Amino acid sequence: MAVQLDARPPVAPAPRTDRSRRGHRLSRFDTKYSPYFYIAPFFLLFGVFGLYPLIYTFWVSLHDWDLLGTSPAFIGLDNYSALMGDPDFWHSVVNTLGIFVISTVPQLLLALWLANLLNRQLRARTGWRMAVLVPNVTSTAAVAIVFGVLFGREFGMINWLLDHVGIDAINWKANRIASWVAISTMVDWRWTGYNALIFLAAMQAIPRDLYESASIDGATRSRQFWSITVPLLKPTIIFAVIISTIGGLQLFTEPRMFHSGTNPIRGGSLRESQTVTMYMFENAFAPNYNFGYGSAVAWLLFALIAVVAAINVLLLRRLGGGGGLKEDA
Amino acid sequence: MSRIWSAGRLTYLALILTAVLSIFPIYWMFVVASRTSDAMGQVPPPITPGGNLGANIAQLFDNTDAYFLTGLINSAIVATTVTVSVVFFSTLAGFAFAKLRFRGRNALLLVIIATMMVPTQLGIIPLYMLMTKLNWNDRLPAVIVPALVTGFGVFLMRQYAGQAVSTELIEAARMDGCNSARIYWNVVLPALRPAAAVLGLLTFMTTWNDFLWPYAVLNDPENPTVQLSLRALSDGYYQDMSQVFTGTAIATLPLLLVFVVFGRQIIGGIMEGAVKA
Repeated sequence: MAVQLDARPPVAPAPRTDRSRRGHRLSRFDTKYSPYFYIAPFFLLFGVFGLYPLIYTFWVSLHDWDLLGTSPAFIGLDNYSALMGDPDFWHSVVNTLGIFVISTVPQLLLALWLANLLNRQLRARTGWRMAVLVPNVTSTAAVAIVFGVLFGREFGMINWLLDHVGIDAINWKANRIASWVAISTMVDWRWTGYNALIFLAAMQAIPRDLYESASIDGATRSRQFWSITVPLLKPTIIFAVIISTIGGLQLFTEPRMFHSGTNPIRGGSLRESQTVTMYMFENAFAPNYNFGYGSAVAWLLFALIAVVAAINVLLLRRLGGGGGLKEDA
Repeated sequence: MSRIWSAGRLTYLALILTAVLSIFPIYWMFVVASRTSDAMGQVPPPITPGGNLGANIAQLFDNTDAYFLTGLINSAIVATTVTVSVVFFSTLAGFAFAKLRFRGRNALLLVIIATMMVPTQLGIIPLYMLMTKLNWNDRLPAVIVPALVTGFGVFLMRQYAGQAVSTELIEAARMDGCNSARIYWNVVLPALRPAAAVLGLLTFMTTWNDFLWPYAVLNDPENPTVQLSLRALSDGYYQDMSQVFTGTAIATLPLLLVFVVFGRQIIGGIMEGAVKA
């Protein structure tokens, strides 16, 4: 936009004409090009340190590429076909999906329930919200260590509590399913409150007269929850599921720090809870430094995330598809 | 109708239970950190603080496996640098996307939103190779530089700038001869301050917590971040659990302090971001 000199307030001293013309040109240059300077840092840095490595991962995965990488041999899809027959890889895929399902389903249901509670007229509102969010702001590695002790076989508090209700000590680290449950507990502890706040924000955007007319029609509280709240929350639920899928399938810190001792990157002596990201790490970094093979793991995980996210979205669309309220609203 | 929204005893009971479950592991971390290592084997497990915190801290800082003090200092450097940078670049780009006209604006904004969905963590192998080339392995720039910008930050600031920065004020500043850099500094940045603070807090906490990438690229045990010090403690051959827990407590403490002071703003930021996204 051109600057009109006449439009200046009279208090400003009138500048000399040649200066103003230069200023005019400068300001046109400014409005036209400076936006690009302001957004350039993001695109440059993200391009170099985010996008390029991700794409280059595919190129690396087509090579027999080690730490020195002086003359990596092109081997086509050999890394991928080796992975197809690699039981440890598939083991990690099953672990990842298992932990993902065990953690995400209860987590989102609990978050919905919790958001519904927080959506009532409460005393000390902010206090309750802070209480449910506080797990999310703790250090992940620290909490994983703490849960590792809580789930200890001999002196862990969980087993001590279970003993009181007559359940024998569970070996949380050496039993595959038990270790999934323990890690899922950790994940849910961290993320349930966060998701509850996201759902709460969306719930507060629902107009209250919808509920009022529903209760005039005699709908109970739970009926209102399932036929008003949940259908109208669907976009937010889909958003939360996608975010949980992307994050959950890349799970690393919790299972890694849950284990200690020798080779903890394996997630237990028999790889009881090794996730795909851990398997990528084990192959790509110290002491193996098999960059090519690790990169193939990374790309297959990428594909897995895309597939699972797509399946989730399709499922959710279908599940709530006939939401009768949308037509009324 | 208010009966629907009223909170009965059961509501409070459920919330109290949730709050206890939320807080207990953190509380217990401090309990063990303040006791001697005998606390681990006790039945029933102790749930009140002991008097051994000072001794544990002294031992922890002397521990030659963990380099805990270096870790703390490094994490402070990394998290602060990244936070300042993310806030600066995000407000700058958010301002451009919300208030300036330029060709390709909408398409570029879509690209930024798309980057939020990209699992960049899967690119760490070439990133590691890149760091080797730059000779940044084992050094802090390796964990600082890739984190200097986030798509999330740009998007959040763009959303906020759209409503918080008055277009009239920008026009008026232009009339007065301000170039867009001065408009950013004198008009936009002050208006964005509340949202920028939330972004800063969230960035600080995420960076402080970051584990996978530092674990991959900082292999020198004498130059860790605090999370890597925790890893060294936890994987140590000889484990004094009260010392390990002292480490986890100290590593968590800065985050808890930030949360206690700014909790309301952080909650507001998360909830507002959710409605707009």
